Amino acid sequence: MLLNQFLLLSAILFAIGVYGVLARRNGVLVLMSIELILNAVNINLVAFSATHEAVSGEIFALFVIAVAAAEVGVGLAMVLLLYRNRRSIDLTEIDLMRG
Amino acid sequence: MKVLGEVQLPGFTPLGSGEVVVAQNVAFGIVAVVMVVAALRMVTTRNIVHAALYLVIVLAGVAGIFILLGAEFIGVTQILVYIGAIVVLFLFGIMLTRGALGEGEESETEKRRMALLVSVLLVVVVGGALVGSFSDASVGRSAPSRTAEIGDTLFSQYIVPFEAVSVLLLAALIGAIVVARKD
Repeated sequence: MLLNQFLLLSAILFAIGVYGVLARRNGVLVLMSIELILNAVNINLVAFSATHEAVSGEIFALFVIAVAAAEVGVGLAMVLLLYRNRRSIDLTEIDLMRG
Repeated sequence: MKVLGEVQLPGFTPLGSGEVVVAQNVAFGIVAVVMVVAALRMVTTRNIVHAALYLVIVLAGVAGIFILLGAEFIGVTQILVYIGAIVVLFLFGIMLTRGALGEGEESETEKRRMALLVSVLLVVVVGGALVGSFSDASVGRSAPSRTAEIGDTLFSQYIVPFEAVSVLLLAALIGAIVVARKD
């Protein structure tokens, strides 16, 4: 297998995740798109790890998974707080600090 | 190299290395197409619950890619942590905020067009750089990576980041409780 096919798949998934973060207004869906981006990064890490026959990349992927779990917990708590205060999770309505 | 535990079955010829590569490429192609289609549906679907289910398909595909790359432990961890825990968390979040944004969530066309432009540019630039840099690099381990080796490296070379991650998880746990608490 070529290394490039994994890297290109990862790039496509990353771009789809970026599209989701930029285009969607639903807070939960933006968090899901961020998960997509982190998974794309993980594919890269594991692919390079396999290329070099090393385990460091896989350990980095494990760290990314752990940090993603923490991020989802805090992110969903923030979305819930938002919903409780404003009855809406539309991210375009959050413009209090806009200049 | 003789694989441990290999048995010779009568009337069974194991695949040659060329055939294995073909099989791997076919598996990769199927998984990749399914993942990209599911990811596209995820970011474009109106129904947020369907988006979460499409996310499950993408995450399972990533686990399949990991196993294809010989990283079995990471693949199993992916299924346990992502599909088992994070997607359930997402579904809870969706249920608790249900109806906050109607079914007809409609981003402005302008915004969507800009996002599309950004992501297409991203694919073109990153893809061009990758094709130029790694055009002839091949991937594939001679044997799947051993979980014992991952454990050894994690608890010797990477012990400090490991402990930092444990503190991070604790902080995130407390932070999530404090943020979401009703008082």
